[in-house]
Amino acid sequence: MDLKKEQLLDMYKKMVTIRAFESKAVELFAAGQIPGFVHLYLGEEAIATGVCASLETKDYIASTHRGHGHLIAKGGDTKIMMAELFGRATGYCKGKGGSMHIADVNLGILGANGIVGAGMPLATGAAFACKYKKTDAVAVAFFGDGASDRATFHESLNLASTWKLPIVFLCENNGWAISNSQENHQNITDISDRASGYGIPGVSVDGNDVVAVYEAAGAAIDRARKGDGPTLVECKSWRWRGHFEGDPGAYKDPKDQADWLLKDPIPRLEKNLLKLKYATQAELDTIKAAADAEIEAAVKFAQASPQPDPSELLTDVYAD
Amino acid sequence: MKQMTYAEAIRDGMRVEMHKDPNVYLQGEDVAQFGGCFGVTAGLYDEFGPTRVMNTPISEAVIVGSAVGAALAGLRPIAEIMFVDFMGCCMDELFNQAAKLRYMNGGKCKVPIVVRTPCGAGMGAAAQHSQCVESWFTHIPGVKTVMPSTPADAKGLMIAAIRDDNPVMYIEHKQLLPVPGDVPEGEYVVPLGKADIKRDGSDITIVAWSWMIQKALAAAEELAAKGINVEILDPRTLVPFDKDALLKSVAKTGKLLIVHEEVKTSGFGGEIAALVCEEGFDYLDAPIKRVTAPDTPIPFAPILEGAFIPSAEKIIKAVESMF
Repeated sequence: MDLKKEQLLDMYKKMVTIRAFESKAVELFAAGQIPGFVHLYLGEEAIATGVCASLETKDYIASTHRGHGHLIAKGGDTKIMMAELFGRATGYCKGKGGSMHIADVNLGILGANGIVGAGMPLATGAAFACKYKKTDAVAVAFFGDGASDRATFHESLNLASTWKLPIVFLCENNGWAISNSQENHQNITDISDRASGYGIPGVSVDGNDVVAVYEAAGAAIDRARKGDGPTLVECKSWRWRGHFEGDPGAYKDPKDQADWLLKDPIPRLEKNLLKLKYATQAELDTIKAAADAEIEAAVKFAQASPQPDPSELLTDVYAD
Repeated sequence: MKQMTYAEAIRDGMRVEMHKDPNVYLQGEDVAQFGGCFGVTAGLYDEFGPTRVMNTPISEAVIVGSAVGAALAGLRPIAEIMFVDFMGCCMDELFNQAAKLRYMNGGKCKVPIVVRTPCGAGMGAAAQHSQCVESWFTHIPGVKTVMPSTPADAKGLMIAAIRDDNPVMYIEHKQLLPVPGDVPEGEYVVPLGKADIKRDGSDITIVAWSWMIQKALAAAEELAAKGINVEILDPRTLVPFDKDALLKSVAKTGKLLIVHEEVKTSGFGGEIAALVCEEGFDYLDAPIKRVTAPDTPIPFAPILEGAFIPSAEKIIKAVESMF
């Protein structure tokens, strides 16, 4: 699959924006400015970026508790996102969701879910709606290696394959189900092997190579759009941080951590861009600086935003 | 008006809305050609075809979870769970997903799903196929809970539930399915949150719902012969609950007996008693009483199951003790 210069540079911009957003979240959480739980996507930026590059606004995604990257990749506004992390009235969820439930439903996001594995049934239903209404939209369910052990994984893949729904099951295998490493929670290496149990294609790719992710996810999305049914795509990566901010990740082998840091997806893409002469180092630095500036502006916006009115507690429980 | 059974009335409500709104569809275990475990969906597959009436695998989590996702994407699903006892297999999809997505997203989405499911004892189905657990659902902000007791209510509440923009638990009682009654034809709507006086009376208010309305009506006949004039209030929906109708009735009679088939502890009767204590205590001239199932699982042997189910005799005894 040939990627045009603009596409690849756009992916770069998305990845460095996610990196800047998450790096800033580390600082802000440590400084006590963000309440609650924050689960960061650092190190996994290539996955959401490579997948969402083949999606349009009409397409659905189900996000996870580690959802900031999905939202940015699907077109989210970092100002409104940061305001949500701060719990402000201007945030995507008016301050009612926070980091764990951050989503823009108008971008086709079926929520960011605090329940591991809960997004797969939702995305299966959205894919059913696409087929029912005879649109050519598709759904992508993001989930982790841990979620691939849940009953919802089995029920969703079984139903979606039986009904041949336009959906991609996109497993972000970051090596860790909270503190439990993959070899300790499942007796397989490639999660894509599970696809054969549902009679659908399964593929595993290097999740730190945005081009590889783009190609595998793109082929699966095309397949879904054409009406050929679901695909299970596993993107292998590594969670740089703890499960949540404040988890020091003491269960990780420092050597594994160091090895994976060397596989950082962003310099890999930079190298590619420079080799293809799609950009100079100075141009890449400018893109990075712009992302940093965007996030600084987002923080200022969030800090200056009003708190929700206490009366908001009681609204939005039921639709009228 | 047309004579039909409670089961036929539920089906008629679904039919009316499926004809009217192409976004309404039905999915669940054995709901297509087989017509549902209790025959409630019989004929709908032939009428609406395989794209709108679908058998699912035995997968409660994805039955409800995919209904939530389809609702977010603009459809209005009806999901059947074969027995309310099986809701344990899909509680996350109801209470963390359907109920909370709107609130978590700041009111920017809605989840118009109906989860249809039968409840109740009386058929020797033992501990895992006989329960009433409505207070599981009334305890979840964001969900509405509907429990019809007559064929007409069954139809009117079904149409209202489908048209509602929120997740609705529509709980039908297995003992009521063959019960006939007059049902208005066409688009007959019973609004959610509006109670109905099933029997006018002046001496005591019995609040009951679902199958227990029949038990209360039978008790009231015998009590009338003894000179006690019972009023029976059927809330029809527990959430939203028609508080005003209840307080009005208690203000009139001065006495309240709550009857439900759920077990006693943490049953919805406790909520009703608390509500009347908080807002209608001055109306009472006797302590509130409850007739409920005991705090046990449901036994198999018919003689034991019979002892479990609240009976007209128990209701009569409770009422008499309040005078």
